[in-house]
Amino acid sequence: MKVFMLGWEFPPFISGGLGTACYGLTKAMDQLGIEVVFVLPKAITSQFATHVKLVAPSAGMISAASQQVAAAKIGYFQSSEFKKVSFRTIDSLLEPYSENKQYKKNFDEILKQKRLLHKRLGSNGSKNGNSAKLFDFSDGGTINYAGDMYSEVHRYAAIAAHLALNDDFDVIHAHDWMTYPAGIAVAAITGKPLIVQVHSTEFDRSGENVNQMIYDIERKGMHAADKIIAVSHLTRNIIISRYGVPGDKVEVVYNGVERNGSRAALPEVGIENDEKLVLFLGRITMQKGPEYFLMAAKKVLQEVDRVKFVMAGSGDMMQRIIEMAASMGIGQKVLFTGFLRGQDVEKVFRMADLYVMPSVSEPFGIAPLEALNNDVPVIISKQSGVAEVLTHVLKVDFWDTTEMANKIVAVLKYPPLHMTLKEHGNFEVRKLQWSDSAQRCARIYGEVAYK
Amino acid sequence: MASICFYFQVHQPFRLRHYTVFEKSPHYYDDYKNATICRKVANKCYLPANRLMLDIIKRYGGKFKISYSVTGVVLEQFAQYCPEVMSTFDALAQTGCVEFVGETYYHSLAFLYSREEFIEQVEMHSQLVKKLFGQTPKVFRNTELIYNNDLAATIEGLNRFDAIITEGADHILGYRSPNFVYRPQGCQRLKLLMKNYRLSDDIAFRFSNRGWSEWPLTTEKFTKWVNAVNGCGYNINLFMDYETFGEHQWEDTGIFEFMKHLPEAVLKHPDNNFMTPSEVANAYDAADTVDVPHMISWADTERDLSAWLGNAMQSNALHEVYRLESKVKAAKDQQLLSDWRKMLTSDHFYYMCTKYFNDGDVHKYFNPYDSPYDSYINFMNVLNNLDSRCTPKKQVLQSVN
Repeated sequence: MKVFMLGWEFPPFISGGLGTACYGLTKAMDQLGIEVVFVLPKAITSQFATHVKLVAPSAGMISAASQQVAAAKIGYFQSSEFKKVSFRTIDSLLEPYSENKQYKKNFDEILKQKRLLHKRLGSNGSKNGNSAKLFDFSDGGTINYAGDMYSEVHRYAAIAAHLALNDDFDVIHAHDWMTYPAGIAVAAITGKPLIVQVHSTEFDRSGENVNQMIYDIERKGMHAADKIIAVSHLTRNIIISRYGVPGDKVEVVYNGVERNGSRAALPEVGIENDEKLVLFLGRITMQKGPEYFLMAAKKVLQEVDRVKFVMAGSGDMMQRIIEMAASMGIGQKVLFTGFLRGQDVEKVFRMADLYVMPSVSEPFGIAPLEALNNDVPVIISKQSGVAEVLTHVLKVDFWDTTEMANKIVAVLKYPPLHMTLKEHGNFEVRKLQWSDSAQRCARIYGEVAYK
Repeated sequence: MASICFYFQVHQPFRLRHYTVFEKSPHYYDDYKNATICRKVANKCYLPANRLMLDIIKRYGGKFKISYSVTGVVLEQFAQYCPEVMSTFDALAQTGCVEFVGETYYHSLAFLYSREEFIEQVEMHSQLVKKLFGQTPKVFRNTELIYNNDLAATIEGLNRFDAIITEGADHILGYRSPNFVYRPQGCQRLKLLMKNYRLSDDIAFRFSNRGWSEWPLTTEKFTKWVNAVNGCGYNINLFMDYETFGEHQWEDTGIFEFMKHLPEAVLKHPDNNFMTPSEVANAYDAADTVDVPHMISWADTERDLSAWLGNAMQSNALHEVYRLESKVKAAKDQQLLSDWRKMLTSDHFYYMCTKYFNDGDVHKYFNPYDSPYDSYINFMNVLNNLDSRCTPKKQVLQSVN
């Protein structure tokens, strides 16, 4: 079995659940001996470019591709971490969870930088031909990226389709809407079965104010797919009810979590030892319910004094939430760390006495599993897919901030509750393994590949 | 001789309402839920089952006998929510064929935490039974059949009971049969009746189980097992929750019909009869001494205390609630004392059990909470408020502020 995987992000540059899921799943597949061609978008101009060891594609590969593909920068690399996975990066500005506004901002930024560079190089003139080579603008100074996110998604699809011609595989597996057009294109050109995996839907991200263009792309992907993988029954129901997909086409495969071995040393932070720490970790955006966290915090502070609330993450609502905390008069009790990654995430978990996920709509929610993995008890909203698999956690309706506060106070106040949640939760989370998720995917591959 | 000794447990706790840490009200109970459950179980079980027992008793004259242990807290709820149940129990009491067994008024674990409170509750329950049913209990059963040598000695010391009831746990009896009367280790006079859990559970748990090789259970089949005891035992102690009739085993399983026809089948054999626990204790000598140094109960397969004391939350909640005893009693406030005692009911701690929580088994079925954690949080919040009521002066100050 060989899979053409249209995925996202790899460590150490993971910005959220989508990247974590793609990585965890692919790693487990690798261990099962499933061959994977992992294709992901990567902006070459981004700050991470230096960390990716790019290998020049062979001449044969180039000749097979069209002009457009030749113009696009494709990276081929292997990772020592994997035996059966090979990577292809397509130079693209696509990022998980980004919005068109953000995309345009990134795009304009790159345009500006290029112009600046051009100016500087221009002043050096033709005397220094070598340095001009270094910044290769042989495309005549225009950039390849599309001007808006939707066009970029289709440009990405076209490149992926050509890229696919050089590989032999049995199934296509695309993760979330931005890769669906690519999945459809690859399926059309190769005739291979398409599986789309839904990690979140437009309804989760935007509530009822859905972006019609994104919805249409999602819907098209789901209907074009031979099978759909939903990360929870919650998401499966949305797929059936909101996208008009017949139920027998949608399978649920839960996410897993990696057991982390090494423990990072405890960091020094300006929080006193006898002070409790309640953690919010996630994008600070409507979907994640940051304002409910603040409202609960306000109520908790009526009962408990020596407690701090840490909001780790960034997002479009960040400014509003900081102002909201201030206007509620709890500004000194709420700390904002900005976006955390890698070891910093682990560190903040180690410091926390409690993790709260007040999501308004959460298709799955990997972060609570990571919290439990780090011995942190968890409160999750009932409106989350992960609530389907976890029993040794506290569950609340995201809007019921009094109950949320009630439960936060209880965990801080009663050590036996904290202890029981921690012990049972940590035990329970060990049962959620990526190898099970990978096995379920493999079964689905088998069903569609040999149909 | 095979004497069938039925004892039915009748109990409903005062369930607590949802109570957050922010609340200050001294009313702790979910009146709506308690009333609804009480009436529902009355209609499905207590009323039809009591009527059935009355009919059977009338039909067989003095030959059909049964016993009940009815907790104080369920009797309070009957009086409040469905008084008609009380009158049917009263009618049963007047037949002379029904014995009422004694226990702790609040269906509590008091014996484990406070001997003083335990004895007070046993006394309270005896008085209530005397008042309502005109008889003083002569046989004792502790909450959930929790038992050890120490309990037997304490009960004998009360000089009021002839016998005590417990689970016929395999690890206690070993090769011995539960179908004899025994003597608790260290007791001179008190007799010990042990539950025949196989035959009891055939009715209480397996009756409607189609996966059971003996399904369907007929009166003939059951009587055959009863008759087999003749010659190797005297008494068959069938102890179960009364809710077996109509609630655990629904009416359409045929459980009422089974009970209706059982006496006829049993009495066909001239050596069989029905006895109350007191009659069994008086009729038969102790066959042996039974030594129970560690606590046993009738719960789960473990037959131990882990359903109420299996995790840190349960142990903490129990210790905290009993820690308030002297404070509550010193306050000399009847309402406060009654509220505190309602918190002692064992069900509250059973709801906090995390054993089997993942499997969604019987523990979940009777649990008004979504999770054991929710029940602990709720209990502790109520306890917190109760604690604040123990020092009334402070309360006045607070209201001034």
